[in-house]
Amino acid sequence: MTETTQQHEQLRWKLPAWRLIKYLGLSFLVPVLAVFTALVLGALIIWLTGKDWMAAYIGLWQGSFGSPGAIAATLVRSTPFIITGLAVALGFKAGLFNIGAEGQLYAGALLAVVVGTSLVGWPAVIHVPLAIVAGAVGGMVWGAIPGYLKARTGAHEVINTIMLNYIALRMTEWLIKNRTPYILGDPLDASGSRTRFIAASAVLPHIPNTNLHVGILMAGLLTFLVYWLLYHTTIGFEVRTIGANPAAARYAGIRVPRTMVLAMALSGMLAGLAGAGEVLGVERALKTDFFSGLGFDSIAVALLARSNPLAMIASGLLWGGLLNGARLMQVRAELSIDVIKIVQALIIMFVAADQIVRWIYRIRPHEPGDEMTFSRGWGT
Amino acid sequence: MISDDTPIVLEAQHITKHFPGVVANDDVSLHLRQGEILALLGENGAGKSTLMNILYGLYHQDAGEIWVRGVPQRIASPYEAIKLGIGMVHQHFQLVPVMTVAENVMLGAEMTRLGFFLDISQAVKHIQAISRQYGLVVDPHALVANLPVGTQQRVEIVKALYRHADILILDEPTAVLTPQESAELFQIMRSLTRQQKSIIFITHKLGEVLTVADRIIVLRGGHVVGETTPSATTQSQLAAMMVGREVLLRVQKKPAQPGAVVLETRGLCVLDDRQRMAVDGVDLQVRAGEILGIAGVQGNGQTELVAALTGLRVPVAGSITVNGHEVAGATPRRISELGVAHIPEDRQREGLVTSYPLIDNAVLEMYYQPPFARGVRVDQPAKLGHTQRLVAEFDVRTPNIYVAANALSGGNQQKFIVAREFSRPINVLIAAQPTRGIDVGSIEFIHQQIVRKRDEGMAVLLVSAELDEIIALSDRIAVMYRGKFVALLDAATVNREQLGLLMAGGV
Repeated sequence: MTETTQQHEQLRWKLPAWRLIKYLGLSFLVPVLAVFTALVLGALIIWLTGKDWMAAYIGLWQGSFGSPGAIAATLVRSTPFIITGLAVALGFKAGLFNIGAEGQLYAGALLAVVVGTSLVGWPAVIHVPLAIVAGAVGGMVWGAIPGYLKARTGAHEVINTIMLNYIALRMTEWLIKNRTPYILGDPLDASGSRTRFIAASAVLPHIPNTNLHVGILMAGLLTFLVYWLLYHTTIGFEVRTIGANPAAARYAGIRVPRTMVLAMALSGMLAGLAGAGEVLGVERALKTDFFSGLGFDSIAVALLARSNPLAMIASGLLWGGLLNGARLMQVRAELSIDVIKIVQALIIMFVAADQIVRWIYRIRPHEPGDEMTFSRGWGT
Repeated sequence: MISDDTPIVLEAQHITKHFPGVVANDDVSLHLRQGEILALLGENGAGKSTLMNILYGLYHQDAGEIWVRGVPQRIASPYEAIKLGIGMVHQHFQLVPVMTVAENVMLGAEMTRLGFFLDISQAVKHIQAISRQYGLVVDPHALVANLPVGTQQRVEIVKALYRHADILILDEPTAVLTPQESAELFQIMRSLTRQQKSIIFITHKLGEVLTVADRIIVLRGGHVVGETTPSATTQSQLAAMMVGREVLLRVQKKPAQPGAVVLETRGLCVLDDRQRMAVDGVDLQVRAGEILGIAGVQGNGQTELVAALTGLRVPVAGSITVNGHEVAGATPRRISELGVAHIPEDRQREGLVTSYPLIDNAVLEMYYQPPFARGVRVDQPAKLGHTQRLVAEFDVRTPNIYVAANALSGGNQQKFIVAREFSRPINVLIAAQPTRGIDVGSIEFIHQQIVRKRDEGMAVLLVSAELDEIIALSDRIAVMYRGKFVALLDAATVNREQLGLLMAGGV
């Protein structure tokens, strides 16, 4: 065979273009239809409560993506969802159900705040990265603990991550609320519900006059990094293989326990970064109820993206957008903000149980191999 | 005796069934007479299982009719099939291991008192009556999990009879049985047909067909390609019909030229999952250029032996050396890097990540080595070229190298695994059940490849539940019984009966 025909031959193997299009089409089709169906049902609910659904949805749109200001606010809101969604997705890829993103967010935010408040007079070029790294380390440790327990003893990560959530949350509360002496709490804050503010040198760079900080760029970068790690490195191959088939991973010589700890540590690290981003970029202090539910919503974001890192941006933006636009929707249609929660819940229901959507729209099942890797059941 | 006047109990007429991209059954017709054993012979993918699933109501045909006892029927579900007296014993048993035999048998057809309370004693009596009538010995109170495979199969048959089945479909029933258990099953089948039950017996084993069937129908590529009787045909004729060309049933091989000892164990002891001694002081030696076959009924420690040799299980005592290196308790990676290839007994559980494309499965053990990786970066073009070579050299039938491994037939999956293992720098091959459940053509090919590697000087350890395979391939045969080697025989002089006896624990 001459060299050119050989190249042609390789190209034919290399570019199953129609397959790719079909694959992308199919993998986007279901989430998009899920969102659409949820919105239709949401409209029905709004209409049943006697409100104007058109006005509500116009408000939702304008409040989330309708103006530069709204878009900036949506980006800020979406950033932690994208990053924490990546954290959960990475766990899923390794066959691990990391419900502990919430606790890892707190662990990361806590360390970031400690570094942000305790160092004074450092240049921002050093202080900001240091605080971010602290956040990463905090989340990493908090993720690695259940990973290690599972690898070493087989203790299920679902139980341990939930318990570590409580520990992180209560520890944060104690560190903030304790007044004799003040540990992290701010003596100037009468309510006693937040830490001291971080030094100006630790605040993430902003676009002037907005809340928009570099966190969104970090989210983009992390998305790409996670994708690259999972699909273009040997480490990612190991992580995905222990998720897809642990027995084959052992056969292939992959050290399953070690990879498990690594996956959980990386997952926790991502969540910790998200936590650091929030305190360093938005709030500049850590409140006791700061992340209430963010870690759990991120499981939904990861599901919506079908654990595909590249889809996490769209998924996180949708989630942040819905939350951000809810306020204007509330005003325009005199609605409770709970309606948006209902729509979100419906979206997740339709995505997670995609058979419902497939059934409604008569979509044929995936090709073999298309199925998403989801964590295994209890105790197996 | 079956004659042309014997009533037809089941008839399929011009059955056609399409699946996306394939015609699984194309105008298939067959009939089954009362008291007859009809063998349905064909390779994997020939359409046997599809046809049976249609008869049992699991699928519905696109065209064609099914007649049961002279009446056309539409069998929409297994429930209706059972009502029509059709019972099926699946290849993978549908039993609940934590329940007793009686509970399993009555599951879904419970006997009750006052319409609510389970009446186990009534069911037990019923089961005992069935046992006596057909010679199916089962203990109704035994826990299914504690029963050997052959007995579990009997429970399945009892289950069908308990539901008043008089047409039985047995799907590859001997795949999991020892030669002795198979012989017992054939006796049971004859006893059933003497009492006017009719049986469709699905298989791809030629010898069994000639032993037990009254009539044989051969399927290939969804068509009926032949119908014959055991007295009118031979194994090689049947094989040719199944595969569509002449097949070498005997492996062609020259006498072995054994060299130095490459793989050796001394006093090897390995526990199984329940912490029982599964391998109990095994000494073995495999030399370069020879094939050592390990014969034995499944569950006598072969699985644990292979796991210990490949690093998947840590032995509790004894030594393993590969090329002079001590590897007892070493990691699978270290053993693999010393040149040990492993064809695992369960290709879908261990040998492949079935959701991965072939290109990823092709480097399952080598993904971290150059040229497939540079540092942590994966080199896609190198994987691509490698995968294409494997597919081409081992004739793996696949649309392209990006399809998931589970889209391939069993034979092609297995060829792919063998191709992958042989592409590595190796001098020991540990092959566990290398041809289980795959088509004759692939078996022939894999056997030739194993012998070729032997002739190139590789040390081969072959573990197989198929006696024929052990006898055909091995140069020496070790018989394993309850974790020990009970005999070491020269393959040239051994005979089946002797082996079967040793496998069953006789001396």
